[in-house]
Amino acid sequence: MSEALIPAGAVVLPATAGRQKLYRRVLKNPMAVGSLGVLALVILSAVFAGLITGWDPNRAELSDALAAPFGEHLLGADASGRDIFARLIFGARVSLVGALIALATALAIGIPTGLIAGYFQGWFDSLSSWFASLLMAMPGLIVVLALISVIGPGIVGVMVTFGALLSPGVFRLTRSGVVSVRRELYIDAAKVSGLSNYRIISRHVLGVIRAPLVIQASMIAGIAIVLQAGLEFLGVGDSSTASWGQMLSEAFSNIYVAPTMILWPGLIIGITVGSLAIFGAALRDTVQGAEPVRRPRRRKPTSEESASMRRLDLSTAATAAVVSPRDGGHEDLEPSDALLVVRDLQVGYPQPDGSTTIVVDGVSLHVDRGEVLGLVGESGSGKSQTAFSILGLLPDTGAVLGGSISFAGRTIASADGATHGAAALRGRQFGYIPQEPMSNLDPSFTLGFQLVEPMRHILGLSRPAAKTRALELLDRVGIADPRRTFDAYPHEVSGGMAQRVLIAGAVACDPELLIADEPTTALDVTVQAEVLDLLRGLQRERSMGMIMVTHNFGVVADICDRVAVMQAGRLVEQAEALELFDDPHNPYTRMLLSSTLEDTEPRAARGTHAASSRGTAR
Amino acid sequence: MALFLLRRLGAAVVLVFVIATMTFLLMSMTGGDPARNILGDGATVEQVAAKSAELGLDQPLAVRYVDWLGAAVTGDFGRSWFTNEPVMTSLANKFPVSLSVVVTAILVTAILSAILGVTAAVRRGWVDRFVQMFAVLGFALPNFWVALVLVTVFAVNLKLLPATGFVPFATDPWRWGLGLILPVTALVVGTIASTAQQVRGATIDVLRQDYVRTLRSRGISHRSLLFRHVLRNAAPPALTVLSLQFVGLLGGAIIIEKIFALPGIGSLAVNATLQGDLPQILGLVVVMVVLVVIVNLVIDLLTGWLNPKARVS
Repeated sequence: MSEALIPAGAVVLPATAGRQKLYRRVLKNPMAVGSLGVLALVILSAVFAGLITGWDPNRAELSDALAAPFGEHLLGADASGRDIFARLIFGARVSLVGALIALATALAIGIPTGLIAGYFQGWFDSLSSWFASLLMAMPGLIVVLALISVIGPGIVGVMVTFGALLSPGVFRLTRSGVVSVRRELYIDAAKVSGLSNYRIISRHVLGVIRAPLVIQASMIAGIAIVLQAGLEFLGVGDSSTASWGQMLSEAFSNIYVAPTMILWPGLIIGITVGSLAIFGAALRDTVQGAEPVRRPRRRKPTSEESASMRRLDLSTAATAAVVSPRDGGHEDLEPSDALLVVRDLQVGYPQPDGSTTIVVDGVSLHVDRGEVLGLVGESGSGKSQTAFSILGLLPDTGAVLGGSISFAGRTIASADGATHGAAALRGRQFGYIPQEPMSNLDPSFTLGFQLVEPMRHILGLSRPAAKTRALELLDRVGIADPRRTFDAYPHEVSGGMAQRVLIAGAVACDPELLIADEPTTALDVTVQAEVLDLLRGLQRERSMGMIMVTHNFGVVADICDRVAVMQAGRLVEQAEALELFDDPHNPYTRMLLSSTLEDTEPRAARGTHAASSRGTAR
Repeated sequence: MALFLLRRLGAAVVLVFVIATMTFLLMSMTGGDPARNILGDGATVEQVAAKSAELGLDQPLAVRYVDWLGAAVTGDFGRSWFTNEPVMTSLANKFPVSLSVVVTAILVTAILSAILGVTAAVRRGWVDRFVQMFAVLGFALPNFWVALVLVTVFAVNLKLLPATGFVPFATDPWRWGLGLILPVTALVVGTIASTAQQVRGATIDVLRQDYVRTLRSRGISHRSLLFRHVLRNAAPPALTVLSLQFVGLLGGAIIIEKIFALPGIGSLAVNATLQGDLPQILGLVVVMVVLVVIVNLVIDLLTGWLNPKARVS
């Protein structure tokens, strides 16, 4: 590696460091260490079989035939008077060597072809992928049986064939690993810095797929041992040396005389293959634990966020001197007829180590009928978590730990977690509009079905009535050809259309509160404005309360009556929208405003949108 | 959908053709003298030559291939070199037995793994731990060993179920079913273990999807969410696993049939292998592959029906 590669190397570093750590973590996993220990024991006793037992596995002493265990013969003797224990540990040689041959073949075929197919793609990729699926369609045992009739029962030929038949698994794993890695930026970086394909593959790509390959290898070894024992059991294997399958076959012929004889070979196969499986599972768990799992809503605050949380404490302390009713998130202006009231809400995620990560802390807010509340903050500030708490749709691992949420005077969530009132309100009183339209539609059902199903369930409409209503709704949300869209599947429409369908779904059962979680973030800029117009229009004509979760002050200016600003799980400021734009009190709000106003649309454009939406709403 | 079906059908035919050709070439090109094997060492050179001519082995490989393929397309795989019985006849006698076992096993696997896997994914807790442990156990214990233990316990010691034999369904459905219990149980321990694990994973994946949360926000019932939306979306990966299990079961059945003395393709395959009965083996492989391809086709169609996106790609 030349000096020129340092920048690329820096990006790649985590993989290298992770590898060493993974090795150490595996050794800390008791399951992995235990299974490796058992495997080592099996291997060592096979290698040193001659030293462990004095019996010759093939010496038959008819006087000892079917001798009981724990006498002269540790595990007894078989029908020909051969020592079972000796045959067991000598037989391990056959199984282990066989597994090794199959494994080596599978890896030797699978890895290079997978690398080439995944890295260069093109015709080789199509051809080898097709060939892999062809091999997978072959009934393995039959193919091997067919081959034995031609090449004879030699262990090498048989196990090489098994290896070839098992190679598609390795091929697919390698290929998909390479395909996912080659799109990563650090591969581009490595290319730009002049690294040869060979170097990139061996250094970066193999590093990524190493752990999955070891897991796959342990599975292949296990399958090979079982398959080989199966062949020996059928009597088509090499009968001159002791093997586990052959022992099972002999035990089977004596099943009425000495039924316990089937126990020992079965146990040793089970223990060996089981250890391989447990090792694979333990390694998989370790690897999955090692990856930075993408759980944005469950993660602990990063050091940066913790720092900002501390800054927040300081800033609230500083502003506490200038006492203002709207600072610190205290809800003093709560009207009696508020639609939704959130009081001192605290949301947290208990962690495996016993601690709890608090993502929303002491948030109080309210929404009146016909009012639009903007819930603003950067990602990770807890605004979506607040919204999901109201909907009662926090992930299973999260919970409302403090405070309360009440809707139209009824408490729907509190710290004891006993009330699940939100479930009864979802769909009926609560409408939810998600952020990313495509991932929020069930890919297996038509858009029409997804609109009709809740209406039938909640409003009790008949199928035709629900369909009529759905078509009206689709028309209302601005879809040009409602019938076609009704019959379309999610993958057949554009993101903007999908979002309109989701909006139609959210308002389908006339909810009183609409919760929109960044409804325009995933859309094109031109579509964004239209969707905002649509939301504003629908909200006005049905005088719904609405919570608009967003990080964009342009959206706030466009649609919100009031704004609540969140930072690191807390509410830092709450005010009328105009007031907040004119005179932000909190330093964090000021910072947000100054950083976001620059990339919003020009004022003139916003003005026309506001005008047009007023026009629709009238 | 018609185009999708046609494309899959075309691919399936090509697959069968390629595998049949490969098997034929592989088995015909290797050395040895089949005629000598059939007649034994006592035969004279003239007798061997006559036998070769009778079997058509004196013809060039290309001619033999074209002849074989031409006949095979019409379902004629020739006659066994040893019993002189038409290959298709013996296959037609033996396959129903094996299919009884394999198809029952795959159905039991599908139903039980769906129940176990979904319960493990939704309820977690002890069901989940059981499925995980069972997965290791089912992988580690060879199905023929499980069969031996079952025979020892239920047939030899408790004498509850028949140890051997097969009664055709048409003769006596009750005894047909009784005879299948042990072989099918032995086969499904391993397949359920791994399939349930896959169903569990697929269900957990779907439960994490955004659209599940959105569907819940629409107020639809838990039952509809689980049985209509989650199951349908989790089914395609589970079906893929099931089609691979079918391939494995065809092989597994050969061994299991020996233990339970079932007159299926198992004994046919082993004997043909030991004797080097080329037409018999070729017929067996081709019919097996056709079966596998049909099952894959059915699974593909099911996947396409369940997942509209799969129809496009």
